[in-house]
Amino acid sequence: MPTQHIAPRRPGFMERERLQDLLDALRLLGYRTLGPVVDEDTIQWREVDAIDALPAGVQARQGAGEYRLEVQPDDRLFAWNHGPQAIKPLLFSAEERLWRERLMVDGQIEIKQTLPEVEPTAIFGVRACDLAALALQDRHFLSPQHPDPHYKIRREALFLIGIDCAFSAATCFCTSTGDGPSLGEGFDIGMAELDNGYLFWGGSAKGSEIIDRLSLKPATEAQLNNMIQGTDRAAAQQHRFLPGETELKQLYEKLNHEHWDEIGERCLSCGNCTAVCPTCFCYSTGYQRTLDGRSAEMKRQWDSCFSPTHSSMGHFMVRGETTLRYRQWLTHKLAGWQEQFGRSGCVGCGRCITWCPVGIDLTQAVAALLDGGLADA
Amino acid sequence: MLDAHLPHSAVIDRRVQESPGIFSLRLQYVDTNVQDVFEFQPGQFNMLSLFGVGEVPISIVSDPDDSHFFDHTIRVAGRVTEALSRLQPGDRVGIRGPFGRGWPMAQAEGQDVVVVTGGLGCAPLVSVIRYLLRRRDRFGDIHILQGVKNEDDLIWRRQYELWSREQGVNVQLAADMPGKEWPWQQGLVTELINTLDLNLEKTISMLCGPELMMLAAIAQLRDLKLDDQRIWLSMERNMQCGFGQCGHCQVGPKFVCKDGPVFCYSEVADFLGAKGF
Repeated sequence: MPTQHIAPRRPGFMERERLQDLLDALRLLGYRTLGPVVDEDTIQWREVDAIDALPAGVQARQGAGEYRLEVQPDDRLFAWNHGPQAIKPLLFSAEERLWRERLMVDGQIEIKQTLPEVEPTAIFGVRACDLAALALQDRHFLSPQHPDPHYKIRREALFLIGIDCAFSAATCFCTSTGDGPSLGEGFDIGMAELDNGYLFWGGSAKGSEIIDRLSLKPATEAQLNNMIQGTDRAAAQQHRFLPGETELKQLYEKLNHEHWDEIGERCLSCGNCTAVCPTCFCYSTGYQRTLDGRSAEMKRQWDSCFSPTHSSMGHFMVRGETTLRYRQWLTHKLAGWQEQFGRSGCVGCGRCITWCPVGIDLTQAVAALLDGGLADA
Repeated sequence: MLDAHLPHSAVIDRRVQESPGIFSLRLQYVDTNVQDVFEFQPGQFNMLSLFGVGEVPISIVSDPDDSHFFDHTIRVAGRVTEALSRLQPGDRVGIRGPFGRGWPMAQAEGQDVVVVTGGLGCAPLVSVIRYLLRRRDRFGDIHILQGVKNEDDLIWRRQYELWSREQGVNVQLAADMPGKEWPWQQGLVTELINTLDLNLEKTISMLCGPELMMLAAIAQLRDLKLDDQRIWLSMERNMQCGFGQCGHCQVGPKFVCKDGPVFCYSEVADFLGAKGF
């Protein structure tokens, strides 16, 4: 969804205690407000009506196959680095009905589109990598030829409050993909968490209007420096990286590299990486009839190129082996996407590394596969 | 809002049993507005759904200029096609489509056309043959090379005989295991390619069938020095959405359902026959 961009202005400063004002302003405008909340020992998007619910002092320690929340003696609300899900599930639902058909008394069949009911939703604290992923999902699901009405209706109801990252997790590598840690575009309101408060700036006309209502003081030089210190620190904390897109294209020349087999032996083909990846878009359709036989529906459900049926042709599987499935995922994500969408499908969030139960690290895989080909390593 | 997921009802006007396991349905959209705007190219496909059963991708075999009806020839291969085979005139199916890119008919104008098929009757190419014959003056010589395993696998046998009587049409059939009544070659369809005397500057080839057969045919055509840009093929993969969204049919960076199913060989050369693609 092309967000309407406006010329950047000097951000306004808000004391930490006043953050509730923004939440209230959005709720007053009729938005359901989602924010980061600690749930099931992870950061999740949940409905938030009071800032007390936000995770004060919580940081997420992440590593290959590791995610632990830790509480620091700090009152920052956004020191954590993302939970298992970006905003993908809020737009591309993990399971939903596409249409329904009904056998009428006269023997005719009535086919009806089924669209989700949505309410305007504001999301608080969306990271730059997740916004970059959202732009890619938009390109896929809102293609000019076949815009997906289910995705579109949710997308149009979305209001996004992005936030600069002031810290990186050990799994982050957005600086190398060019997607963070500072906000790029695609948000309605931009936000940075300082040592003692917040800076806000408009990213869309709608967002600027709300910022104006908050009557914030223009940021001081010291506050702007504090903002830059934050993103500089986050960038400096990153030690994983992916090579440039030209090099990533060479993965298609490494289809017979022995390293695929090494990964194939470790990979459980569980599909966690594709479930947490903010750009993975595969789904399967399933047709189900009700027990009385008088109506039926077509559903779609997230699928994964790691599932056995993904490549099924009925009589045989194109990718029966795990090695081939991992190769499909990695080559598609990093090389195939470039032809399909004009850029790699990786935004450097590192979720596939964190949530892999055996800790397979795509940055290491790429380095091993392109060994000798990494001029800038 | 247009929704490519949503089928429209179509009614069966006619049903023809082509062979024991193959049948054709002539269809018309119930909503005349939908029928009126339905346009397709040979090689494109529809998603056919049957109430209470499910949905399958099937190639369109009728002529694009027949605006009142469209035909599908279907081989019974699974649960849905089995159920479709029991339908009779007057019954209804759901249709989504047409999807994909068809054969390069514009590029083929003025050219000799070599049509190579293997396996059971290859519907995507039958539509091409009919298209060419109906516009005979716009194309050069037509070579129809068809390979089957058993003699009995050949459907439309009578039609091949009729086609072979047309001027400038060269029909050659090969059966792996021919019976006594088989008037054509014994062997593989790829062996027939060597018998052709191609005008390399004005020939286009179109292939359809099992990938191993197509790979062998491509190797032969390239041996004869036919340019890769003149070799086209129709591919098949797991297709669920039909318009490049669900991700199943990808071969390298190509969506078979959207970028294909008809490809120029040079577009898929890196991945055709490669394990895992």
